[in-house]
Amino acid sequence: MKKWLQKGRLVSLFAMLALLLMGCGDPTLSALIPQGEVADKQFQLMLISISIMILVLVVVFVLYAFVLLKFRKKKGDNSTPKQVEGNHMLELLWTVIPILLLIILAVPTVMRTFEFSADAKPALKNELSIKVTGHQYWWEFEYPKEELITSQELVLPADTKVHVELSSADVIHSFWIPSLAGKTDTNPGDKNKNYMWFDTGSKTDVVYKGKCAELCGASHALMDFKVRVVSKEDYKNWVASYKAADGKASANANGQQVFEKNCLSCHAVGQEGGNTGPSLTGFGDKDRVAGILEHNKENLEKWIKDPQEVKPGNNMPKVNLTDEEIDAVSDYLLGLKLK
Amino acid sequence: MATHESHKKRSGLMDWLTTVDHKKIGILYLLAGGFFFLIGGLEAILMRIQLMEPDSKIFTGELYNQLLTMHGTTMIFLAAMPIIFGFMNAILPLQIGARDVAFPFVNAVGFWLFFFGGLLLNLSWFLGGAPEAGWTAYAPLSTVAEDTGVDFYVLGLQIAGAGTLAGGINFLVTVINMRAPGMTFMRMPLFTWASFVTSGLILFAFPALTVGIFLLMFERIFDANFFNADMGGNVLIWEHIFWIFGHPEVYILILPAFGIISEIVSTFSSKRLFGYSAMVFATVLIGFLGFMVWVHHMFTVGLGPVANSIFAVATMAIAIPTGVKIFNWIFTMWGGQIRFTTAMLFAVGFIPTFVMGGVTGVMLSVPAADYQYHDSYFVVAHFHYVIVGGLILGLFAGLYYWYPRMFNRVLNETLGKWNFWLFFIGFHLTFFPQHWLGLMGMPRRVYTYMSGQDLDGANFVSTIGAILMGAGTIVLLINIVISASSKYATTKDPWDGRTLEWAMPVPTPEYNFAQTPLVRGLDALYVEKTAGNGEMTPAEPVGEIHMPNGSILPFILSFGLFIAGFGFIYANWTVVIVGLGVVLVTMFLRSVIDDHGYHIHKEEVEADIKGGRA
Repeated sequence: MKKWLQKGRLVSLFAMLALLLMGCGDPTLSALIPQGEVADKQFQLMLISISIMILVLVVVFVLYAFVLLKFRKKKGDNSTPKQVEGNHMLELLWTVIPILLLIILAVPTVMRTFEFSADAKPALKNELSIKVTGHQYWWEFEYPKEELITSQELVLPADTKVHVELSSADVIHSFWIPSLAGKTDTNPGDKNKNYMWFDTGSKTDVVYKGKCAELCGASHALMDFKVRVVSKEDYKNWVASYKAADGKASANANGQQVFEKNCLSCHAVGQEGGNTGPSLTGFGDKDRVAGILEHNKENLEKWIKDPQEVKPGNNMPKVNLTDEEIDAVSDYLLGLKLK
Repeated sequence: MATHESHKKRSGLMDWLTTVDHKKIGILYLLAGGFFFLIGGLEAILMRIQLMEPDSKIFTGELYNQLLTMHGTTMIFLAAMPIIFGFMNAILPLQIGARDVAFPFVNAVGFWLFFFGGLLLNLSWFLGGAPEAGWTAYAPLSTVAEDTGVDFYVLGLQIAGAGTLAGGINFLVTVINMRAPGMTFMRMPLFTWASFVTSGLILFAFPALTVGIFLLMFERIFDANFFNADMGGNVLIWEHIFWIFGHPEVYILILPAFGIISEIVSTFSSKRLFGYSAMVFATVLIGFLGFMVWVHHMFTVGLGPVANSIFAVATMAIAIPTGVKIFNWIFTMWGGQIRFTTAMLFAVGFIPTFVMGGVTGVMLSVPAADYQYHDSYFVVAHFHYVIVGGLILGLFAGLYYWYPRMFNRVLNETLGKWNFWLFFIGFHLTFFPQHWLGLMGMPRRVYTYMSGQDLDGANFVSTIGAILMGAGTIVLLINIVISASSKYATTKDPWDGRTLEWAMPVPTPEYNFAQTPLVRGLDALYVEKTAGNGEMTPAEPVGEIHMPNGSILPFILSFGLFIAGFGFIYANWTVVIVGLGVVLVTMFLRSVIDDHGYHIHKEEVEADIKGGRA
């Protein structure tokens, strides 16, 4: 028995160690530190369900530990245990109590499930609505009312209910901002458009991390995006300056020429350019290069030089540019700032 | 009529290739499944090494996706299911007092189909890359992939799946028709019951997979558009079909483990199973409900609150029969004389681990909260708690328990205990932190994570745990090698067993029971032991025993499909015709050649009984 207890201690020691190493995570990423109404209610549901379940766990574990310690075969004891068929009362007990516990859990479950999908569709005129489109491996965000399209970075006003319409340009992705709301899949095809809503929370000037949560190909792990929540006033200014932005925002004429010749057919800046790749309007203000790398010139050059090296399997071709051209176009892009 | 002369004794390799003996097929399943288990485990450890540190660049992008796809597919279809089939083959006919399964030839076909399907799938590693769309192969990711990886997945699983379906039907018929006199349904050991229900689930679930894979095959090879949204198809069709199969599959896996645990807990507590009829009813109920919950894998797909709520409540309902099982196991041990053999340690480790997996399962059934859990590491933690902490611990328990009956040797108990503690501690160290990882925002199936997201520590711990699990498995291998190289002969009943599989001498005679036993109650052997007989009462006089002949046809037939599989993958119709031709010719031969088997004469049986061999 002593040996057994020692081993038991070892297990709990490891468990404690593991717990210590973890905490609750990054406050801009963790679902355990909710920042908006939806994430908060989801966290409450987690707490309700885990509380009920811990009750069950404790009962089972206590019984289990007691049985293991009490009914070990003792040396020299060769008696045959009494053969018990069962006990109807007990069977009834451990059928009915779980049913009651599950009913307690089922009520908030059904309530919240309906609540989160109620009027998610962006129909109300005064609400903020966004169309999210998943691409391999980047996110496109369209603000239909404001008539602007951004990529990789979602800028939102604080304390606002946001209605989201989700679809995909290629395979299935899943749109997830753990701090603000659980995920919803983006499906290809008009028949399977999804709708969700979330609340942006009261904090301002904070950047939440967003993730793709459905395996979508080689760079699924790198399909991150950012959600920048700003004050309502700043949001208005941002919309205005974003709409006013154009390719002349950057002073590098040489780079602009290279960009217009080689990049503009896929990437939009302001009102001009294609939409195969992410919009680069206001690129100089962004948080990341290609959604993942730290935002500096070195990384930008690395990305343009060999996109496959940074994000395997992505659709950006390796454009045939000289080092000078890459240098110029990088300067140009980093100069694309919003006023 | 059948003649004794038509029977040729084959030896060595040829014996194994042609065998239709359920005991040998059980060993074949166990060996092949064990081999694939090692491959799947290696893939898991490679993934954990990549994730040990942030921004790691060892196995990235496509290669990592191939590893995760092959790990899942291999573990489910090529490791867990075959090992279960191994035990079902080796033990189930003995437990019901049968001489063999109902269709020995079909049994061999089932094994070889699985083997060649699994081989085909794994050859993809050397032929242009393994599948990379996940074991779920969601369209359109699986349909747009340009290399042949997914084609190997489609053909490999189609062939292996046909084998599984054949095996399932075989065990259904065996249990219904082949029980010894007195072995009523409500006297069948729990493992037999669980295998029976599992076979029923296979019968209804696998055809869904077959159909789904056919659609996927037509989409990839013949340019069909079932899942192509641009051409009026719908990607959700695949998800529904896959999970209509996929959820019952989870219960196909776990029910036999429940059965194994029931046998072991009862044997090593020296008590009959507490609440036997409740246990049987719970098993059947779990199997039934298992078909009504598939949408809980699809809560975030956008099916609306009504569908999500209905499936949420159905999912919660499964917790009830499962809870009944847990309490009945605990009360089986209550008042018993618990002997902590290695088999019992694994069974005892199974109970709390599985309860923890069940707890997170109930949490996952809440759709509104599942929006956070779904496709995160929380889910990874959950299903490894039920599949590894449940099923694999159950299979290890079963291996230590039935090893003496299958291989005529006992595994070393000291090494067994090292095996258990390394694996058990490693398991919890690997998967417990993953609950936190998921809640802290780490999606599943990612090949890397960036530093500075508070995900580093838990990932590191998780990798250490995986290495410990690997070490535990290596101890098991050493144990098997040692036992194989030494000639332990065991007694026929090393654990003081209660059920029929311990009633024969070792090695088990090829006809199992010289005289079909008369079953006089639940725990048939225990009943005789307490009545003072110590042996089963025969239900028939000694007589001639009719046995089936071995045949190479199952091997050739499956090999034909294997060839045809390559033909489909590379769209080479000549090879397809050759392969399917081989299949048709073997089917024709099987149909026209009369093979009545052979008889073991009464004198031989009597000699065996006298010599203690039967």
